[in-house]
Amino acid sequence: MLSAREAAENARRQDVRNRWLLSAPSLLIIFFAAVGPLFVMLLYSVMAKGDYGDVKLWQFSADGWFGVFFQRDIFDDTLALNDAHVAIFARSVKLSLATTLITLLLGFPTAYFIATRSERSREIWLFLITIPFWTNLLIRTYAMQEVIRNEGVINTALLKLGLISAPVQMMYTDMGILFGMAYVYLPLMVLPLYASMERLDFRLVEAGYDLYATRLKVLWRIIIPMVKPGIIAGSILVFIPSLGAYVTPRVLGGGKNMMLGNLIELQFGQGRNWPLGAAISITLMAIVMVALLFYVRNASRPGARHG
Amino acid sequence: MGQLGVRERAILAAGQTAIEAKGVTKQFGAGQDAVKALDNVSVSIRENEFFTLLGPSGCGKTTLLRLIAGFDFPTDGEILLYGENIAPLPPYKRPVNTVFQSYALFPHMTVAQNIGFGLEMLGKPRAEIDRRVSQMLQLVRMEELANRRTSQISGGQQQRVALARALAPAPKVLLLDEPLSALDYKLRKDMQIELKRLQNETGITFIFVTHDQEEALTMSDRIAVMSKGKILQIGSPRDIYDRPSVRFVANFIGETNFLAGDVVSVEGASAQVRLASGGTIAAGLPEGLKPEGHVTVVVRPEHADLVKSGGTADLRGTLENIVYFGTDTHYYVKLDGGETFIIRQQNAHGGGAGHKPGDAVGVALEANSAQVVRD
Repeated sequence: MLSAREAAENARRQDVRNRWLLSAPSLLIIFFAAVGPLFVMLLYSVMAKGDYGDVKLWQFSADGWFGVFFQRDIFDDTLALNDAHVAIFARSVKLSLATTLITLLLGFPTAYFIATRSERSREIWLFLITIPFWTNLLIRTYAMQEVIRNEGVINTALLKLGLISAPVQMMYTDMGILFGMAYVYLPLMVLPLYASMERLDFRLVEAGYDLYATRLKVLWRIIIPMVKPGIIAGSILVFIPSLGAYVTPRVLGGGKNMMLGNLIELQFGQGRNWPLGAAISITLMAIVMVALLFYVRNASRPGARHG
Repeated sequence: MGQLGVRERAILAAGQTAIEAKGVTKQFGAGQDAVKALDNVSVSIRENEFFTLLGPSGCGKTTLLRLIAGFDFPTDGEILLYGENIAPLPPYKRPVNTVFQSYALFPHMTVAQNIGFGLEMLGKPRAEIDRRVSQMLQLVRMEELANRRTSQISGGQQQRVALARALAPAPKVLLLDEPLSALDYKLRKDMQIELKRLQNETGITFIFVTHDQEEALTMSDRIAVMSKGKILQIGSPRDIYDRPSVRFVANFIGETNFLAGDVVSVEGASAQVRLASGGTIAAGLPEGLKPEGHVTVVVRPEHADLVKSGGTADLRGTLENIVYFGTDTHYYVKLDGGETFIIRQQNAHGGGAGHKPGDAVGVALEANSAQVVRD
């Protein structure tokens, strides 16, 4: 006969074993599909580059990591900052931050508008917001090209109105990329913002007005603090994919205005420098991790339970 | 008018009108779906008064409160605050504060920050805000919890914070929208006393909205009974209870016996009414009513006595049922005219009147206890 304590202990062990068994399939998938490839990438980043792409297996070299920000002068072998790479990193961060800001400024009133509609029309508005999601990214980006190119919708309209005398060059500029990314990532900002605004207790807004807060003060002191988790979530959701964006800068920025995604692609493609590509990828991931840590720290603060 | 308390007299003597609604109509929707939440309502509320808007849900009491607060704007009419029409002003420009039914405390602020919010928005200097906040915390006995988040305090404490927050900017009028409805019975009783104390100490005009007639009777200086967007009667609790002027008011507040009768004669504020189930009695008349023919008379159950069949009585019938309630006993009398009349008698120690169901009995009404009501 087992004592009650032993029986309980056995049951607990059985329980733990079952949990591991049940989660084994997903753990395997996560390992082989995510952690495994990451590990391979980490490994490739510290190996010597092959002559025609690929790497020389087990020939370790720091060249990949070195090349992320530095370069050796072709003639005298002196160390120098790789200006091109630094510029691309800077442009990526700058454009991603700008995209986040633009989508926030556009998305906030949009989400507020939807959240204050009647229950039925909210669904319609949300559906309209998510429609672009059903369309291929490439097609959406080409549509954007149609809007901003020199003979595009904006320039034609401005010319017809006589506001400009020559087309404004937007294609193949940072502004063009910004336009495209803001358009593509706007729903990712609107949805989390809407989610936290929908839960916003509008009686608190009334209480604010009652206590002599003007519209601006109510927005600043009550609405924004209450929907802060949504603002942070939306910003993260826009900032992270913007940072690694590939298609939009490729199509709208042409070949010169590269972002990190294009730089990585270049190293694995024509550049035939896989270790460098791998190192840049991991650097990008590190930036994202820092952004995420920032989010987790902010979202887990007491009083921000609405996320 | 019924008897006036000392406090009421003081208010009447002071007499200044704090808030006045003039012909206020509020319509929601348009065309065929239009609903009149308030229909040409006029009321004048005096300075330093504890004024209650009482009525069932949907009667328009909360709508009237929201119009005074400025969350909604009247379709027609004026709302005067010390003579100035505030109806078109946004809520943040009205020296009026609200205690919300849900309290609506800001969850991202501490208790002290909540209480100081109004003063901060008014642009008061920090030192003054701090002083006022600690004064308010003391007033509602919450000093120890100043730095708690509002989610970390109990419902009763949240109620106090909501009160302190609304009182802190020293509004000219405090609006209370069923503030006690979320509290349990015991706490509600305590808060009723607390509210009266706060009103006495601050001297601010309170407009209190409730559907609870007992709450209204115990706390108010005057009550306005509302139904279907109209004010039916305004008066002191005693007025409203003893001299209801409308059938709805008599029915909504307390228990009442309704008796059918015919007017024999009218003299001043009183009428002789021949009841269907007995003799002719004198019944009070609501102001401005000169009834003829068929009328309804109301008598409160505690304003009548049960008498033996031989005694002098205003009504006659058969005792149907006796229900013992501890403090008092209810007698159900089936009147000869077919109506049921309820008598409530306080129980004397070791008493027992010696009546039993089935007895033929008489009902004697106290002098001046009967009142004719409008239908």
